[in-house]
Amino acid sequence: MSVPSDAGAASLEPAGIAAHLRHFVRRHLALVGMPALLILALAFTVLIHPDFGSFDVQSLALGALPLAMAAAAQAIVVLSGGIDLSVGSVMAVSNVLAASTMQHASFPQSLGLAILILIAGALQGAANGIIVVLSRIPDVVVTLTTGFIWGGVALLILEKPGGGAPPQFLDLAAGSLISLWVPNALILLVAAVAVVWLPVSRSRLGLLIYAVGSDRIAAFRSGVGVQRTRILAYVVGGLFSALGGVALTMTTGIGAPLAGTYYTLSSVAAVVIGGVRLSGGRGGLVGPVIAAVLLTLIPTDLIFLDIDPNYGQVIQGTLIVFVVMIGGFVSVLQSRK
Amino acid sequence: MNEISSLLDISGIAKSFGSVVALRAASLKVRTGEVHALMGANGAGKSTLVKIMTGVFPSDAGTIILDGVARSFRSPAEARKAGIVSVYQDPALVPDLTVAQNLRLAKVPLAEVVRWLADLGIDRLDLRAYIRDLPYPILRLIDLARALASEPRLLLLDEITAALSADLAGKVFEMVRRRREQGHSVIFISHRMAEVSALCDRATVLRDGVTVGVTDTAHGSEERIVTLMLGTEIAKAIPKSLREKPEPAPSGRAALEVRNLRCGHLLQDVSLSLHPGEVLGVAALEGQGQEELFDCIAGMRRFDEGAILAEGAELRLRHPADAIAAGLVLVPANRLQALLQQRSIRENVALPMFRELRSWGPVAMKAERARVESAVKRLQIDTRAESELRRLSGGNQQKVVIARWLASGFRTLLCFDPTRGIDVGTKRQIYALVRELAATGAAVLLFTSELAEIPLACDRAIVLFGGRVVAELPASGADEATLLRAAHGLASSVEAYA
Repeated sequence: MSVPSDAGAASLEPAGIAAHLRHFVRRHLALVGMPALLILALAFTVLIHPDFGSFDVQSLALGALPLAMAAAAQAIVVLSGGIDLSVGSVMAVSNVLAASTMQHASFPQSLGLAILILIAGALQGAANGIIVVLSRIPDVVVTLTTGFIWGGVALLILEKPGGGAPPQFLDLAAGSLISLWVPNALILLVAAVAVVWLPVSRSRLGLLIYAVGSDRIAAFRSGVGVQRTRILAYVVGGLFSALGGVALTMTTGIGAPLAGTYYTLSSVAAVVIGGVRLSGGRGGLVGPVIAAVLLTLIPTDLIFLDIDPNYGQVIQGTLIVFVVMIGGFVSVLQSRK
Repeated sequence: MNEISSLLDISGIAKSFGSVVALRAASLKVRTGEVHALMGANGAGKSTLVKIMTGVFPSDAGTIILDGVARSFRSPAEARKAGIVSVYQDPALVPDLTVAQNLRLAKVPLAEVVRWLADLGIDRLDLRAYIRDLPYPILRLIDLARALASEPRLLLLDEITAALSADLAGKVFEMVRRRREQGHSVIFISHRMAEVSALCDRATVLRDGVTVGVTDTAHGSEERIVTLMLGTEIAKAIPKSLREKPEPAPSGRAALEVRNLRCGHLLQDVSLSLHPGEVLGVAALEGQGQEELFDCIAGMRRFDEGAILAEGAELRLRHPADAIAAGLVLVPANRLQALLQQRSIRENVALPMFRELRSWGPVAMKAERARVESAVKRLQIDTRAESELRRLSGGNQQKVVIARWLASGFRTLLCFDPTRGIDVGTKRQIYALVRELAATGAAVLLFTSELAEIPLACDRAIVLFGGRVVAELPASGADEATLLRAAHGLASSVEAYA
């Protein structure tokens, strides 16, 4: 067959290693860029605070763990073309459930309870997904409302901060098994993402989530079960939210019914900064998780710099605007070629 | 009579969307090993029928019998399993996934698709390329190859040759013929009459949601198909033209001139000139580039090549505001695009005047009110429901759009299907208004999907086909039959008039 004159020009055969590398960087921009950004931020932190030691790494990992889980939860739902504003509330419910039931439990019992709580989180996600798909009410409205409900439930379970968990359970996150520089929280984070996300992203479900988030109609016509996929994305999201809630119990040692609310908007922030397109279909999980670590680092750095850490929120908001703006510019440039 | 092994037998299909009836009684019989054309003018119900056949949405009534078994498909995936696969006009490919991922999505073997692509003339394609980075013709061929790889017994091709170069279209035709030889069936939807008579065995013609005839497509059957599409109404007395005097000779500088405009893959090369006091009709079937043409002139979309001139000066149209400043204003088919539904008539009419009325003192308010009211009165807009626009009828809303431009001033009115979904009485009023505006020196470019309206309101008409102007006729020669023939690319019968 000969190559047709005009249309055949679309054959885009990459040539050589350089092209492969370009291809990889282009496809996994967040995968290359976000770690680089994190290393820069850490280098800056060491620069302004030369005493930065293993203890600081520990507290950074502990602080970042719940937000990283929230970011993962949000990322999956956003990738599927939705949004979940109940992430923080599901985390709060899981947090207080864990703290109130594990208070007098043994370590093995608390592990079993944790699994039950994760299942409950997945069910809360399923409820979100089913309501969004069946009622056709916009996802923002549905998840904002269910978030309101779960927030109330969290207060019913535990009126004020309290409860607890067995010390061995807390050590899962707080200790450092391998070396002082590799906190357990970090291992836990990598493990959770690897155990839940890798199978999903490598399987058909991952492909379906990207397809539905990218173009729902084209996906439907390709024979994809769009509604089922959207619900499943919320289920996986709910699972990660619950993981975030349990992580909150691990890192703080107590249950706090109102602590979760901070995480809803921060998870959206991490998703945007981590290179996931808010309209869905583009991005991954590694970007948002690293962005969560970055966002946790900001208030720490502000303290080191003797600036009111409350500026953290201002910086976080500014970052979001910048990232969204840059994304907009890039797509305008691409469309003009 | 033709009971020889019907593969697909569809009958009595009806479908309504709210109050709009898309299909009333559609039937379609496709034999095994046949290439069958599905024909019909705009809005005849072709795409609705295709979507019902492939399970995109269910029908309200009627039966679909495939191989002697009554079926109803709840999703495209179900239809695919039964062997019915469609290649839609907009490719069913997900933009943010690679070619390979899209193929996995539809569960078709990669190697098969690659083989089919080579067959269709694409033998070098990076499967890791993102769909969003590939040109439209390639996407259609990927979509087609993917459909073929799932070994369909019945393949639906919706305007497959649109935007394909001649050599690629030739490859597609070869493929269709080979499938027929192998005993597979193809339903072929095309506005190009020449392709239909060259490729197809029989044609089913739809008109207003009803199957009005089935005919062989042997050479010379074009006239019969056009007659079927038109129906008997054409015999009815043609309503008297609203033009007061016959075709004023265009003189002086053109109010609007378009030179070799190209935009996207649908608008290829269109030139036209429009003089003050003239109404130029644009006739075209769906998707021949008319939307792009109007969008480009109105500054809603940037064009790739060509030039747009107003009163002899080339325009830089980067924003609708640029077009409005140059005196080019658009009346779109979808009134929701132009109006603020929850605001009053007055606010809607005054909206574009904000440019001029800078001071909001009492004097300016008074001037504004006077201009708005005179425009509203002139168009006889029903003002009983003045406070909220959404309570007005479609026709009255369309008048508000025109009143707005009357109040703010314009030189060229671009009407894109202004009477879509409007009752007959208001339609007449709107066309009378268009004539009146032209009589006062305005230029009007008018696209309407109802071909019969063109000789009523226009001085001259151009016909678009495949993104090019294929015919230019005086109003006296632009009857519905002539326009329909030209709009299907039947050039020969047009030359007699031109």
